[in-house]
Amino acid sequence: MNTGDIQADIHNFVVENFLFGKADGLADDDSLVSKGVIDSTGVLELISFVQERFGIRMEDREVIPDNLDSIKNLVAFITRKVQQS
Amino acid sequence: MCGICGVLNFNGSPADVNRIADMLGTLRHRGPDDSGIYTSGKIGLGHARLSIIDLACGHQPMQNADGTLCVSFNGEIFNYLELRRELEEKGHRFSTHSDTEVILHAYAEEGEDCVHLFNGQWAFAIWDTKRERLFLSRDRLGVRPLFYTRVAGSFLFASEIKALLACPEVSGEIDLHGLNEIFTFWAPVPPRTAFRNILQLPPGCSLTIEDNHCSVRPHWSATYPPTARFDGGNEDQLAEELLQLLLDATRIRLRADVPVGAYLSGGIDSTVTTALVRKVAGDRLRSFSITFEDAEFDESVFQKEASSYLGTQHTSVSCSRREIAHVFPEVIRHTEQPVLRTAPAPMFLLSKLVHESGFKVVLTGEGADEVLGGYDIFKEAKIRRFWGRNLSSHWRPLLLKRLYPYMGDIQRQSAVYLQQFFHVSEENLANPFFSHLPRWELTARIQRLLSEEVLSELHGYNAIEELEDTLPADFASWSPFNQAEYLEVKLLLPGYILSAQGDRVAMAHSVEGRYPFLDHRVVDFASKLPPNLKMKVLDEKYLLKRATAGRIPSSITKRSKQPYRAPDGKCFFGPHAPDYVEELLSDAALRRTGIFDAHAVTTLVNKFKAGRASSTRDNMALIGILSTQLLLHEFSSQQRRPFKQ
Repeated sequence: MNTGDIQADIHNFVVENFLFGKADGLADDDSLVSKGVIDSTGVLELISFVQERFGIRMEDREVIPDNLDSIKNLVAFITRKVQQS
Repeated sequence: MCGICGVLNFNGSPADVNRIADMLGTLRHRGPDDSGIYTSGKIGLGHARLSIIDLACGHQPMQNADGTLCVSFNGEIFNYLELRRELEEKGHRFSTHSDTEVILHAYAEEGEDCVHLFNGQWAFAIWDTKRERLFLSRDRLGVRPLFYTRVAGSFLFASEIKALLACPEVSGEIDLHGLNEIFTFWAPVPPRTAFRNILQLPPGCSLTIEDNHCSVRPHWSATYPPTARFDGGNEDQLAEELLQLLLDATRIRLRADVPVGAYLSGGIDSTVTTALVRKVAGDRLRSFSITFEDAEFDESVFQKEASSYLGTQHTSVSCSRREIAHVFPEVIRHTEQPVLRTAPAPMFLLSKLVHESGFKVVLTGEGADEVLGGYDIFKEAKIRRFWGRNLSSHWRPLLLKRLYPYMGDIQRQSAVYLQQFFHVSEENLANPFFSHLPRWELTARIQRLLSEEVLSELHGYNAIEELEDTLPADFASWSPFNQAEYLEVKLLLPGYILSAQGDRVAMAHSVEGRYPFLDHRVVDFASKLPPNLKMKVLDEKYLLKRATAGRIPSSITKRSKQPYRAPDGKCFFGPHAPDYVEELLSDAALRRTGIFDAHAVTTLVNKFKAGRASSTRDNMALIGILSTQLLLHEFSSQQRRPFKQ
């Protein structure tokens, strides 16, 4: 799976699951928390999706905005984890 | 407790009796025992009566001896016996034993200032024939509702919006700003309602129409001393003073010519109320509660414990998801506004139980959380502020996790995320709405499901910014704790707790709630207390617990606070889901009403059907959308058509 596929998967999930299908001009480097896209439950939904979809495990110490707070950060994090596994 | 309505024709044409009869016809659930209509030229008053005091002679509308004043009154003036004595000393002569007649004489004596004499919960209209003046008033905290509108040269008012909508000139269009406010604060900001051109008289206000000129003025408002003016006070003395006030508030709230019962939820507030009733009345008391099939929401263990300790004869009604979904349309017909939680539905079932048990009056514990420092949101704000003063602290954010043990999503968050979700930053610490920002901003995100047309019509309207313009001039001088209390007393208490979850669902079954904690003497006393006596460190309702120690089971005092909640979105899906859900959330129905983005709602509904929706936001969005659709179905003439139940 290449970076473009990961980006598309994440983007689709975020738009469908948190924005009810309305992308509202969401950019890849927008902060998902600051933009009000995800709340506290949303973080857990995001983790669950990433683990299931990409077959990786997220440790508690990895649940930080640097890894999760934008589509861009998520793609970089997932790419790194997939390469490590 | 009753329903009132009326009409005043500005052009002087005679008030139409049939029109008032139509309005009254929609209010029979508020007053099934008797009804009456008074007309005199351009004025007409209607009254549907639930007989509680002076059963034989309390017919309304009621005129004074010389016929110069006429009143239509919903509510109770609890200190009517004391006021009657004072008025008799001034030469007034009474022909009934009702509190209604006391209002007439108090108005004759004091004019519009008579409301300052009243200890009670009221919404009334007085027609003053000498001055050709219509005077409407609503109690301090907004226990009793009063709505009005102005159409085609007439001023119309009523206890419920449905009575106004009974007039063909009044349309049931949604007020988009009101909807925006509900989808932010859970309640419209008075005088706004969920309906365009229909206003509510704000709590603690009176309205006068004279010479066709209408004016609204406050007679009471919540206020607090500046932070610097608090002194410690003697805790023992203050606790005793609070207890005596509550006992007297309870004593006068037991005045009725019918039996009085009590709600007993298993929490501190209703247990205190029940204990006070037992202390004052002394005899065996009937208590009532809701239990839930879902263990997550059920408090029956504590209800049984409190009932056994206080020796009440207790009756409960079990509430399932299926029942919540089944009664929800009827509940929304009574709330007359969209709601974001299903919690009014079990309260509706509870009042049904009380009614079927032969009771018309219950004492209940609402108000304690708002005026004596009980809500988690106060504790949350205190923790956030504490953390905000030392952002690098590792253990301060853990207090937030301790506050919400039942919220798995909070338990699993890192400190960095908690800081963002709870708006803990130097910038936010200075915000006047610091206490409520996380709740309001989380709620406001459900507006994302509004249709493009609605969003366009709202032109970026920001309810939070508009609210800031209405804050009292001395708001900034109050302690942060009191600022948070003010916001609860001003918004959620009248706009949701006392209305959608209070008067409206109780009166649906002709049951009157009475609230000792909302006696204005208690409220005024509490507002002057140092905040650290309401919440000592993180011990909520500290002074109340101290004042009532030994009067209620210690297990109830020591238990973790459990907010009253009910099963939400899941009620409306699965094999037992009623047909109306699918119908009102269908693409066609959503496009017909035009309030919501049909595709976005379908995405949300599919999330629920797939069992993937669990967040607070998803649940609030679903309940908000469904209740708005129900409201339009019930009250908008364009939408009105039967659906399968």
